Amino acid sequence: MKVVVISGKGGTGKTTLTSAYAALSKSVTVKVDCDVDASNLHLMFPTKVNHTYKFSGAKVIQVDEKKCMGCKKCVEVCRFGALTFNGGLIIDDLKCEGCGACRWVCKASALSLCKEITGEIMLEEMEKGFLSRAEMISGQEGSGKLVAAVREQADDIGRMNQLLDGSPGVGCSVIASVTGTDYAVVVTEPTQSGIEDMKRVLELIKHFEVKPFVVINKYDLNRKKANDVKKLCLEKNIEVIGEIPFDGLVKEAINQGMPIIHFKESIAGQAIKESFEILKERIGV
Amino acid sequence: MDIVVLSGKGGTGKTTVATNLSKVMSYAYVDCDVEEPNGYIFLKPEQSTEMEVTLKNPVIDSGKCVHCHACVTSCEYNALVGLLDKIMLFEELCHGCGACQLVCKADAMTETERPIGEIRISEGFAMGLLNLKEPMGGPIISDLKEKTNHFKNRFIDAPPGTSCSVVKSVEGSDFAILVTEPTTFGLHDLIKAVELIEMMKIPYGVIINRYDGYSLMDEYLEYKNILCLGNIPFSRKAAKLYSEGSLLIEDDSYKNHFMTIKKNLEDALERRTL
Repeated sequence: MKVVVISGKGGTGKTTLTSAYAALSKSVTVKVDCDVDASNLHLMFPTKVNHTYKFSGAKVIQVDEKKCMGCKKCVEVCRFGALTFNGGLIIDDLKCEGCGACRWVCKASALSLCKEITGEIMLEEMEKGFLSRAEMISGQEGSGKLVAAVREQADDIGRMNQLLDGSPGVGCSVIASVTGTDYAVVVTEPTQSGIEDMKRVLELIKHFEVKPFVVINKYDLNRKKANDVKKLCLEKNIEVIGEIPFDGLVKEAINQGMPIIHFKESIAGQAIKESFEILKERIGV
Repeated sequence: MDIVVLSGKGGTGKTTVATNLSKVMSYAYVDCDVEEPNGYIFLKPEQSTEMEVTLKNPVIDSGKCVHCHACVTSCEYNALVGLLDKIMLFEELCHGCGACQLVCKADAMTETERPIGEIRISEGFAMGLLNLKEPMGGPIISDLKEKTNHFKNRFIDAPPGTSCSVVKSVEGSDFAILVTEPTTFGLHDLIKAVELIEMMKIPYGVIINRYDGYSLMDEYLEYKNILCLGNIPFSRKAAKLYSEGSLLIEDDSYKNHFMTIKKNLEDALERRTL
């Protein structure tokens, strides 16, 4: 069983919810942080790094200056504007998408594709189970591939229940996070932006065989918009499994690196616990 | 003058900063968060011109194809798969680089334009929108920036994170604003954004959103000697305005905060050109 937490819009509370669910669950032994360019889940638990490895999810072109004859054919075929010629060939690594098209027109065999390290993948031991995560190197290509590698590492641990923390958006890393999961918890906030972004991400996951649930975070910051979310979910036949009130303790919990459910007086923590009970019942875990 | 707004962490207030500042400074606003663009909610542009954004995809003439599979081997993205009697294209994996065409000896490859999204441009406003199920926003961002070159001064609203689509949004900017929030999550992700922006050698300043007093964040900025352009305090009033899709400058006290940020930003821009 795999449950992924996503949102569309960033900063709606994915990691707050994921960390709370992870702390509440007795059966989820593997946690996966799919937000590889802003990985935060590990900040909420004491973890011990079990092992790490460097991951190469992209390639980049390199030139052998001794061989280059300055014909500039490569500059002409590059569609990403990564190559310029000024006395010698200049490669802009940030623009190079590693397609290697330039190689095929180089008569001097001066160009070669080299693997590039795009991130570091970590397997961390937690008090309960494991956390699979990655730190992408800033500015890198192929975050989707890095997400896939983080998930592969999680799958290698064995057939266990997984809880995945997704990333914002609807692009490659979200597609890589949602693929092959069973349920998605979509965290939204009662704002026009939150609603618009939730609509897009719900539309996206229709294409995967993933059953969605919705959680409205900070619902009391705008009750009218929260009602709009509920109406929309009713139309789409999607169950709202939680309405979490705004609670200043949530920020405190993040800064202390402790899941919100450990704060007994937290009203948000209480509402998250209730939503987790509903989730467990619906998915039968 | 291009000023890009980025953050690392999502939901820290990029769009809030970019939309409000574009108003108080009379800059154009360009929304490069093509996966989830939200700027239009606050700026409510009228009468936009819509343009489709396409990616070049290969088309294989099966009559000419000699099944050598050179195209399959050349594709770094595994978008082409060679079957016994035909070549199959997984179009969502294709970057449109044209390598397959370059290696085809049988002249069996042509190209077609496949829509992956659109851009909308109106007076002082532009946005890109990635079609759902498409993985790559990069080509839309590049196209959007090129087609809005006529705007003299632009605020560029970048997507969250620090991956390739953020790089595409930041490229060529004169100045960067990094928006963060005073939490350990905000700090962790700000550090990655600082890394990126220093690597790209673009002068920058930080705005702390949802500010509620001196914290680890101020300490970090002081320690690293990073320019702080100002703070935007948290209040339920601001949260309400934002949720309704209103600009914060509609409230006088928030307008003052943005005027302070504007002043600090203009000073920083001036120092940059010295």
